[in-house]
Amino acid sequence: MQARVEVQRQVKLSNKRSVGLVNRIFSYTALTIIALVFIFPFLWMITTSLKQPTEVYTIPPKLLPKTITFENFIEGWQYADFTRYTWNTIVVTTLAVLGTVISSSFVAYGFARFKSRYSNLLFAIVLGTMMLPNQVLLIPTYILFSKIGWLDTLKPLIIPSYFGGGAFNIFLLRQFFKTIPKELDEAALIDGANSFQIYYKILLPQIKPALTTIAVLSIAYHWNDFLTPLIYLNSEENFTLAIGLKFFENSYGSTQIQMLMAVSVIAVIPLIILFVVAQKYFVEGITMSALKG
Amino acid sequence: MADLKRGEKMKKKYGVKEKREARQFYMYTSPWILGFIIFTLYPMIYSIILVFTNADRTGIGEFIGLGNFTKAFAKDELFLKSLLNTFFYVALQVPLSIILSILIAIVLNKKNIKGIKFFRAAVYVPFVTAGVAVTLLWGWIFNSQFGLLNYALSLFGIEGPNWLSDEKWAMPAIIIMMLWPIGNSIIITLAGLQDIPKQLYESAEIDGANGFQKVIYITIPLLTPTIFFNLVMGVINGFQIFTQPYVLTEGGPNHATYTIMMHIYNHAFKYGEMGYASTLAWILFSIIMIFTLIINRTSKRWVYYDN
Repeated sequence: MQARVEVQRQVKLSNKRSVGLVNRIFSYTALTIIALVFIFPFLWMITTSLKQPTEVYTIPPKLLPKTITFENFIEGWQYADFTRYTWNTIVVTTLAVLGTVISSSFVAYGFARFKSRYSNLLFAIVLGTMMLPNQVLLIPTYILFSKIGWLDTLKPLIIPSYFGGGAFNIFLLRQFFKTIPKELDEAALIDGANSFQIYYKILLPQIKPALTTIAVLSIAYHWNDFLTPLIYLNSEENFTLAIGLKFFENSYGSTQIQMLMAVSVIAVIPLIILFVVAQKYFVEGITMSALKG
Repeated sequence: MADLKRGEKMKKKYGVKEKREARQFYMYTSPWILGFIIFTLYPMIYSIILVFTNADRTGIGEFIGLGNFTKAFAKDELFLKSLLNTFFYVALQVPLSIILSILIAIVLNKKNIKGIKFFRAAVYVPFVTAGVAVTLLWGWIFNSQFGLLNYALSLFGIEGPNWLSDEKWAMPAIIIMMLWPIGNSIIITLAGLQDIPKQLYESAEIDGANGFQKVIYITIPLLTPTIFFNLVMGVINGFQIFTQPYVLTEGGPNHATYTIMMHIYNHAFKYGEMGYASTLAWILFSIIMIFTLIINRTSKRWVYYDN
């Protein structure tokens, strides 16, 4: 009798275990398919960029090149002034992201820690501008910049970031500042720190994950931005990568896919590296920002 | 008497402290206040004025009343075409991206699986890299003769269309492409899933619910706040689609992928009709507002809130 119960228990257990195994196999299959769909196009981009022209236009498509060539990178890079485009993109992205991080945290600190008669009203306006139509502001802002002679310069892509760094970022960082106990400020105040030192030395280090999230998203935004440079930049020497790639495609793209993919790889790789490096903070920050937002 | 004096002194002191705090408040928020006036308030007012003029590139023009509106709705057939195209795009891309996000997030929501972090990161990469380079890559994938997609279809015996050069298939191609960089909404959905209390599933299991029933009766209802968020963001972004159709097809073939934002861009920056383009921009904004309001209004009926 007891033996039978024991056997039943064993069978039940092993059933449970095999269900777990089936589940696990199912999960891995689904995960692999998902990862393939999201990653495979990048692999296709890379292998195309390493192929010789004769191997690009084949039916069926060949995944791996017979002989790997780096010609496409060298040639593509020379067909258009990609050194220039990359440099411009780095300048725009660095300066704009710096502006975004510095000014949004600075302003958020003001909203989180100080009060005035109109502070609530002003914060309501910050929230209101989040819903504001960018399309509507595009045209008058363009006219404004054209009047002060900023057309065909990198300034319209950089300078606005220094004026608050975006309503959503202000809102997000204010929420993060508010979670830090005010006693910390008071203690520092007693030790003789002024309000700027409290912001810079005490509070900023506390919100590093949030700052990283904002920085990474802002880097991706400025690196990829197409509409703003398209509107403001005319001469080739001012092009960013986004515009340069489209320009290259218009000139050679349809006949030189391997070169087009090579320059595209170069444009994408910095973002992938950045994401892999920052990923740890980042996913945490995204989740938090979604919950707080 | 002495008390009164002390009271006055205290009041004064308090006033000084308050003034100091207000000064600090304005010091720290001044970059935003300035930016708001220069880059938001002034352009807003300017834009409203532009709507009633035939202003050119210089931003100066004559007052023409509601002329721009009659032009948009009565004379500009291309605008109506761009409206239809954009509605078609939003109507398909937004719901499909939400459904896919939920399905993928459910698969990603496993704790005791090795390497799950890698898979979560993989899903996010297309979102971070979304731009011209990746759009060009999709142009190559959609290539009717040598592209990956039609090759994959041929394995199942399907002859793929000439995606980007076929009037019927160009917009669906862009929709398919835009179902790829959805990593952000997947991660947000995943966060929503992780907020669902485990006990609910456990007690459902005791009641004999199967996996499908658990998804329909527990997961989906408790995910509605996340779905609501993704829906609003999807609609706002969807109506403004520009880069991908501009890069891939420049609105063609035969204006099949021509969107509202492209129409605004052309009128403002190609033809220099700032007055008319501003009117189109306000129409686009009103459309987005109306949809956001509708979603908001109906949300009470279908979004589940804890408290």
